[in-house]
Amino acid sequence: MIDLSLQKVLHTAEGEMQLDVTAKIESGQFVSLYGASGAGKTSILRMLAGFMKPDSGFIKVNDAVWFDSRRKSHLEPQQRKIGFVFQDYALFPNMNVRDNISFALDKHEPRQIVTELLEVTGLSNLATRKIQTLSGGQQQRVALARAIAKKPSMLLLDEPLSAIDNVMRDQLQYTLLEIHKRYALTTILVSHNANEIIKLSDTVIHLEQGSFREQTSPARFFGNGNEASKLTGNVISLDEKGNAIVLIDDRLLTLPVPGTILNNNDRIEITYSNFQIQLLQH
Amino acid sequence: MIDLSPLWLTLKLSLSTTLILFVISIPLANWLAGGKDIFKIIVQAIVSMPLVLPPTVIGFYLLLAFSPANAFGSWLEEWLNIRLVFSFTGLLIASVIYSLPFMVHPILSGLSSLSPSLKEASWSLGKTKWQTLTKVLLPNIKPSLLTGIVLTFAHTVGEFGVVLMIGGNMPGKTRTASIAIYDEVDAFHYHTANVYAGILLAVSFIILLVLYTYNRKMQQAKFY
Repeated sequence: MIDLSLQKVLHTAEGEMQLDVTAKIESGQFVSLYGASGAGKTSILRMLAGFMKPDSGFIKVNDAVWFDSRRKSHLEPQQRKIGFVFQDYALFPNMNVRDNISFALDKHEPRQIVTELLEVTGLSNLATRKIQTLSGGQQQRVALARAIAKKPSMLLLDEPLSAIDNVMRDQLQYTLLEIHKRYALTTILVSHNANEIIKLSDTVIHLEQGSFREQTSPARFFGNGNEASKLTGNVISLDEKGNAIVLIDDRLLTLPVPGTILNNNDRIEITYSNFQIQLLQH
Repeated sequence: MIDLSPLWLTLKLSLSTTLILFVISIPLANWLAGGKDIFKIIVQAIVSMPLVLPPTVIGFYLLLAFSPANAFGSWLEEWLNIRLVFSFTGLLIASVIYSLPFMVHPILSGLSSLSPSLKEASWSLGKTKWQTLTKVLLPNIKPSLLTGIVLTFAHTVGEFGVVLMIGGNMPGKTRTASIAIYDEVDAFHYHTANVYAGILLAVSFIILLVLYTYNRKMQQAKFY
């Protein structure tokens, strides 16, 4: 069980923002931190890892206190049992794939976990390759394998799949879920991808402007007309049958919109409710 | 027969300066690279002073400081029985101060160019700050380390003003090659000056050639 209450004034591009989050996370859960860019998701992850010190609050993991502002205790990152996967992967360019993973181990620790992780992440035949020669998806796998080599109890993932194409992303999500279960991890994922969150997580924590909004199941969160269940796109063209071709993310959708007042290049919002598609013109 | 002692002295001074600065500058640059508080900015400004000051100004103040007529100099002489003016040790200390930015700056810019997540990743894997520095940070800034070493060495070889102010021109003790060249020209011994100057020219060229060849190889090695 992770019990946390974190407060900190963050200096963002838009000025100062007060971060204030309180949450309880069950051991073994896969939790997603969801919110717009700049909502404070990554900062929370960094505080959990010990890279950033909160102004006040506490972090309790099972019976251990990792941080407590009143008792002035702050555990260094080295002493917290965490694995961290960075947005830029942070792989060591001076080491090959295998060395990156075994760097996590102490000198006398047995090495078979490295071989096992290479297998689980599908990297066995890339073990001696240099980091710079790997694709984004492969680097991501190395980062993941390295993060869990020390058998942490908590895995922290900072938008790990944001820079990866769709096909590779599906495979990685599967690997991630398998690792989460196999090594009995408590996993916290920063993401703003609804699809990913629904596929992977048990619980979603919603942040807005640094404040805690709610903690609920992904199905409930994305299913009840939240902001997130709206799709926004651009009208690319209109055909003579009364269809609008709309670009949403990287997909084209043909929507029947007879008698519409839409024009090319209109930005529209689509909500799905009561089995009806509604178009809200911007 | 040309007296080669100025060249050997220059080599000894440059190697010692480079070695001392390499050891000092790594922790110093690492400390400067982590964060931007006002104290660090002041230290960085002090380290960079020799870049903008004429060598004679630094030499002059060091001469005052080392002189037995003043507080620090007389303390050294009374308590440690060391006299730094017109001695090799004094020259070495002056060189270390004078060439400090040439070692610190390349290492500092190398460390600053690394993504901060590299050291955080190492910490999260349980490695100490020292292990992180020696196993992760330094191996990834090898070209910067080599640049610092070469620049410091070359800069010390070419040092003139500071050497003259602190060391004077004592054969075998403080008479380095650059001083000897000036001295020989002054005495119309153009041939001797030419030998010294030619050797310095060749050595400098070879050093820079090696540096650029190595750095290019490092660039290519990243992808093979």
